[in-house]
Amino acid sequence: MTAPAPSSLSSGAPASEASPVPVLSLRNLTISARSAGGMLPLVSDLSFDLARGETLCIAGESGSGKSMTSLAIMGLLPKPAVSITAGSIAFGTTDLATAPERVMERLRGDRIAMIFQEPMTSLNPVLTIGRQLTEAIETHTDLSRGAARIRAVEALSAVRIPQAERRLSQYPHELSGGMRQRVMIAMALALRPDVLIADEPTTALDVTVQGEILELLRDLKRDFGTSIILITHDMGVVAEMADRVIIMQHGKMVETGATADLFATPKADYTRALLAAVPRMGAGQAAAAAAGLPVQPTTPQPPLLVVEDLKVGFDLKGGLLGRKTHRVHAVEGVSFTIRRGETFSLVGESGCGKSTIAKALTGLVPFEGKVTLDGERIDGLSGAARKAVQRDIQMIFQDPYASLDPRMRVGDLVAEPMLIHGIGTARERQDMVAHLFERVGLDPSHAERYPHEFSGGQRQRICIARALSLKPKLIIADESIAALDVSVQAKVLQLLKDLQDEFHLSYLFISHDMAVVENISDRLAVMYLGQMMETGSRDQVFSSPHHPYTQRLIAAVPQPDPAAKRHAFPRLAGEIPSPVYPVGQGPKRLALLDIGAGHMVASRE
Amino acid sequence: MLTYLARRLIQAALILLGVSVITFALLYLLPADPVRQIAGRSATAETVENIRRQLGLDQPFLVQYWRYLTGLLQGDLGRSYLQRSEVSELIAARLPASLLLMAGAIVCELLIGLTMGLIAAVRRGTPLDQGLMIASFVGVSAPQFVVGLLLLYFFAVQLGWFPIGGYGTFQHLVLPSVALGILGAGWYSRMMRSSMIDVLRQDYIRTARAKGLSRLTVLMRHALPNAILPVIAMIGIDIGMFMSGIVVIESVFGWPGIGQLAWQAIQRVDIPIIMGVTLVSACAIVLGNLLADLVTPFIDPRIRLR
Repeated sequence: MTAPAPSSLSSGAPASEASPVPVLSLRNLTISARSAGGMLPLVSDLSFDLARGETLCIAGESGSGKSMTSLAIMGLLPKPAVSITAGSIAFGTTDLATAPERVMERLRGDRIAMIFQEPMTSLNPVLTIGRQLTEAIETHTDLSRGAARIRAVEALSAVRIPQAERRLSQYPHELSGGMRQRVMIAMALALRPDVLIADEPTTALDVTVQGEILELLRDLKRDFGTSIILITHDMGVVAEMADRVIIMQHGKMVETGATADLFATPKADYTRALLAAVPRMGAGQAAAAAAGLPVQPTTPQPPLLVVEDLKVGFDLKGGLLGRKTHRVHAVEGVSFTIRRGETFSLVGESGCGKSTIAKALTGLVPFEGKVTLDGERIDGLSGAARKAVQRDIQMIFQDPYASLDPRMRVGDLVAEPMLIHGIGTARERQDMVAHLFERVGLDPSHAERYPHEFSGGQRQRICIARALSLKPKLIIADESIAALDVSVQAKVLQLLKDLQDEFHLSYLFISHDMAVVENISDRLAVMYLGQMMETGSRDQVFSSPHHPYTQRLIAAVPQPDPAAKRHAFPRLAGEIPSPVYPVGQGPKRLALLDIGAGHMVASRE
Repeated sequence: MLTYLARRLIQAALILLGVSVITFALLYLLPADPVRQIAGRSATAETVENIRRQLGLDQPFLVQYWRYLTGLLQGDLGRSYLQRSEVSELIAARLPASLLLMAGAIVCELLIGLTMGLIAAVRRGTPLDQGLMIASFVGVSAPQFVVGLLLLYFFAVQLGWFPIGGYGTFQHLVLPSVALGILGAGWYSRMMRSSMIDVLRQDYIRTARAKGLSRLTVLMRHALPNAILPVIAMIGIDIGMFMSGIVVIESVFGWPGIGQLAWQAIQRVDIPIIMGVTLVSACAIVLGNLLADLVTPFIDPRIRLR
């Protein structure tokens, strides 16, 4: 299989003398979707060149057309609904925009490869890793099955998967998300493609895993000279990875330039707005200082929620009689206090137990331990007493698309908690809904509409209005802004802050995003495997992180600043250990040591 | 795996016990009197009472059921009232024919149903898809005896390709299998279509295409094993539907299976035979479901039986 040698196209734009012939060259690409009102452009008039060995980032928020562009290059647009209506994609002498399927099949996976956002769903669950790796090699080369296996093992080793040989006979569900994304990369790089398209390759991964994957992509580019098109919404990732950047909005290129230039002197208004909206580490402290506020509140407010030694476990059953055999220690003895008007954050990677704590506090899972809300014990309650507590603790969930019933009007959704708790007359509830809509920045006349008529940010506002309808004392926000675009994120965070001041609310903010946590929290706790590693005020934890895990988390956050080069990143020694233990055994409880002024750090092994 | 099997077999025994209680009770409550059938219209009241006593039908329900159950646990299905032979022998003689017919029907169902569903899913939204789905709807809604008679009329009477009825050669097997399988084929094609459409939307299908695999390879290697999983679970349930179909189809085609045996027994209120056929059918359904569950881990490695 020979690669089509990239050569200049007669129709292509003249390349400048300095830059060599581009690997890939898009000219006036327009992608349109069929709709009732005719062809609707998703990407219009997009032109760019990709040089050999270059990393080009296409950045933009949802709906900017960045993913459609990548699918168009791969010839994987969902035809006939979406198709290329104008322009060309020159790859060597081939125009990918018009190439027949058989030509595309030859190029795909061989010369142009792609990795996708969701490693959890991008591998076929019923085929072994080995089969999925070798089939591409066998399709594009004349290698025998045995030789293809050797190639596959090489590829897995190249992406630093330990015990590569053994992985071949494993199935995707036996690997973690980070490992699966490595397999995807190995698959894409096994045939040494000229172009690798990575569509949000780290968005679904934990931040420390993201750091490792990005580093891996950089190394592979250096070793193999692969050109990379990296599609992302994360300006931190852009700053860390890109040689050049294209900023897209509504299907159009807004701005393009070398990464350092674009970050230093953004020309387009949209780029400036986008960069301004990105949460930056240190911004929270800086803002507090600028506002002339004391970094530490001088008079501590009375505590609202006191959690002592919270434990949540799930039994795993097995055997003929379904006896308990193992127990998942999801949360293992966590204690913290949230004061009135305070934002307390739980931060940690997937599986650390942060969401389980939220579920326990809202009564969705049974728990052990002592929980006091506003001076009253709320553990061990049931029935009416539990329901009364529910009024004081409300929750905003992660996915605003999934947490609103699509068949109910949004006004009814906001009024429903009041209805459940028997508050007010229908008239009063209606007034309250109108008031809440106004307060969260929505038009009260939209209460008659259905959820699908709103954007993601608006839906999250509806969820906030719903949480506020019972005038709670504590709002638990579980990754509530993770699914939103950065510019929307910033606005929703601001709304949450305003509401906190107005209603004197306390927040339990659950997030994996260190930058967001740094911006919003008064105090926070870092969690790992169901236990707290470090807790303290924002300044204590972020200015002088003591636990190595906290340091790792902070170091792993990509900074939206091309000049800030990351230090050598400590590599993952293995998989995160499992919180599952046989009945009667459990994890070792880590003691928290106070190292001064409430800054607590878990003892190290 | 072994504990799983043991638990499932215990469950199966409980299900069969339940089926036996319910069927026995229903037959006991039946207004038709089996003794009248045996004795004939002209028999005297005394003869009738004698027969009733002989058969133990004068006993209260619980005693009757207990007798039946203790027999059953020793492997005794009882004697037919009218045919004067052991029920187990009657069933054993006819079961192979019915099993053969069912096997033929399953093959027909899967061949017709899966192919139709697959094509419809791939050609989704086209006239071909619509045509296939109308055909499957007809297959699901048409009464089986009508399908049977139509098949007989065209392929046996008009074209003469197949015998009109009877049992023995492969030729004999074709029409009844198709007639019995068409209902299931209709269901399977709809299930396969929606399952396949769902699978074709998955990320891993896009990954497979991004590797440069041909459409056919993507479809057969990546999509089919995933799409077929819900269909396999359905086959287990399907054996129950066959049992009702078999009574009709065996009558139409003169097929000497347990369906005909049951049909005759019901007409004559021959309770031991009805009980026997019901229990054998229940066994088949339970085992069919168990088999379907045992097969799935081989296709989907995420499923562990415990």
